[in-house]
Amino acid sequence: MNILEVKNLTKRYGDFTAVAGINFAVKKGDVFGFLGPNGAGKTTTINMLTGLAKVTEGTVFLAGIDCVKHMKKAQELMGIVPDESNLYPEMNGLENLDFCGALYGMEKKERNRKAWELLEQVGLKEAAKKPFKAYSKGMKRRLTIAAGIIHNPDILFLDEPTTGIDVESARHIRKLLIDLNKSGTTIFLTTHYIEEAERLCNRIAFIVDGKIVKIDSTEKLLETAQREKIVQFSVDNCILELQGILQQTFPEYKYKVIDEQTIRVYSAEAIDLIPIIEVFKDNSLTLYEAKVIKPSLEEVFVKITGIEAKKMKNEGGKK
Amino acid sequence: MKSWIAFKSILMKDMRNYYLKPPNISWGIIFPFAWTLMFFLRSQTTMDIRSILPGVMAMSILFGTTSMLAVTITFERRSRSFERLLLAPIDLNLLMLAKTTGAILFGIINAFVPVVFASFIVDLTGINWFVVFGSVFFIAVTSTFLGLLIAVTVSEVFEAQTFSNFFRFPMIFLCGLFIPVQKLPAILQPLSYLIPLTYGADILKTAINGEGHLLLGLSFFMLVMFSLMFFIISTKNIKEKWIY
Ligand SMILES: Nc1ncnc2c1ncn2[C@@H]1O[C@H](COP(=O)(O)OP(=O)(O)OP(=O)(O)O)[C@@H](O)[C@H]1O
Ligand SMILES: [Mg+2]
Repeated sequence: MNILEVKNLTKRYGDFTAVAGINFAVKKGDVFGFLGPNGAGKTTTINMLTGLAKVTEGTVFLAGIDCVKHMKKAQELMGIVPDESNLYPEMNGLENLDFCGALYGMEKKERNRKAWELLEQVGLKEAAKKPFKAYSKGMKRRLTIAAGIIHNPDILFLDEPTTGIDVESARHIRKLLIDLNKSGTTIFLTTHYIEEAERLCNRIAFIVDGKIVKIDSTEKLLETAQREKIVQFSVDNCILELQGILQQTFPEYKYKVIDEQTIRVYSAEAIDLIPIIEVFKDNSLTLYEAKVIKPSLEEVFVKITGIEAKKMKNEGGKK
Repeated sequence: MKSWIAFKSILMKDMRNYYLKPPNISWGIIFPFAWTLMFFLRSQTTMDIRSILPGVMAMSILFGTTSMLAVTITFERRSRSFERLLLAPIDLNLLMLAKTTGAILFGIINAFVPVVFASFIVDLTGINWFVVFGSVFFIAVTSTFLGLLIAVTVSEVFEAQTFSNFFRFPMIFLCGLFIPVQKLPAILQPLSYLIPLTYGADILKTAINGEGHLLLGLSFFMLVMFSLMFFIISTKNIKEKWIY
């Protein structure tokens, strides 16, 4: 069942189109990733979905509620974690959470119970009575996430939840999001960390220049990439000339020199290693490592955004 | 019920964070106190004090309310915490009422600081307190909403302060509190009637000294009209500019 349905969503600032008619749906229970480089339109999209930016064109339905017409009603179901913490600097962690709960109409007792539970969960119990402004970046982000989920939203929107914080805090946050999703919260997040999208999300949309260039389940995206076979060879000497020889001997493969002593062989089919090893031997090179490289989402992203983004630009030009 | 919880929490938070903070409390007490002292010392007779009281009260309200809005709205907008309020499922009108109620209460309290001082010096019998309270309330509402309008029009706290002064000082001069409207140059007189404070001041004068010259009903009506106008324009501005 789709909890969020977005059709032809467009945002224009004057002549500039920040988001250009995107379509996607998020299923209940999904961790949906919006992956794109700086300026792709991720924040603009989240702002339109959550009611901070006006929709220029298109429709957004959240759990059947028309968000363009009845945003206030839809907001009851949303938890929102912005890219920059926007809690109250003078108030402490507990007060901030309590206040955020109150904004969603939670009773005092329930707010207090949930606030302590969340402080524990995000590892800020000791810092509960410290003013927010005295928190480190990672602590701030964790409290902002806690503030976003205190009212048990059906869907949580996060704008770059791990950008600008250390590895340990980022890991903590990812763990938190996974647990949250397991307990039934749908998650929509933006990121420009491909690895993060790969680890967290079960569906990913690649967004470039305000357009979605690819959208699929993470599994399918990886499957496509992993159909390609890659073997990396490392030898003891310079292999620059060897590329030409390999090219001639096995024209069915593609090659890429990684560094002076490392070369990668790409193929759509399985790669027969022995003949290649023989070429090394014939050229008196000692092969000391040959390993299969598993393509990650990064390869998929580069491939797709590289090609398709260019294609889209051409199409845009034709119009 | 849910909205009421949100309303109450926003109001209480602002009270704790802004209004009850020492600098602002002192601003609220010292400022009216200074006005009071200044005017009272200058007046030769106790009768003067009573005739000056409406003016001091109105100024205390005007300055107290408009200064606070610059903080509670403009400052929160700068720090982006205002976005949190816009993202909450609270009707924008209710949200803005929650954000302004604190300033209205603050203004009302400010208004009575000079009254407390005056009560030690002069006889305050024969004053229609019911009308006084009504006018204090409506002046506080109108000037709070004027402050709101200024706060949502600018983007920096200091702009809000400067802009407020741009309105406040001419208002004090033109509203007839210290120079009766009839004694102002003829070309300025129509301007006076475009200022909400003129109507508030007139009610206060009527209630305290019987010196007002406008119909009470008309003055109250005008204050309500100004309040509505400021509030509607403010929320419209927010909808258009802050939800961009
Ligand atoms: N208020 C605005 N007025 C004009 N242009 C804007 C406005 N807000 C954003 N843009 C433009 O829209 C485009 C998309 O911006 P957006 O902030 O959505 O990108 P993003 O994907 O979130 O990038 P980042 O990873 O840097 O956060 C950018 O080119 C930006 O300059
Ligand atoms: Mg962004």
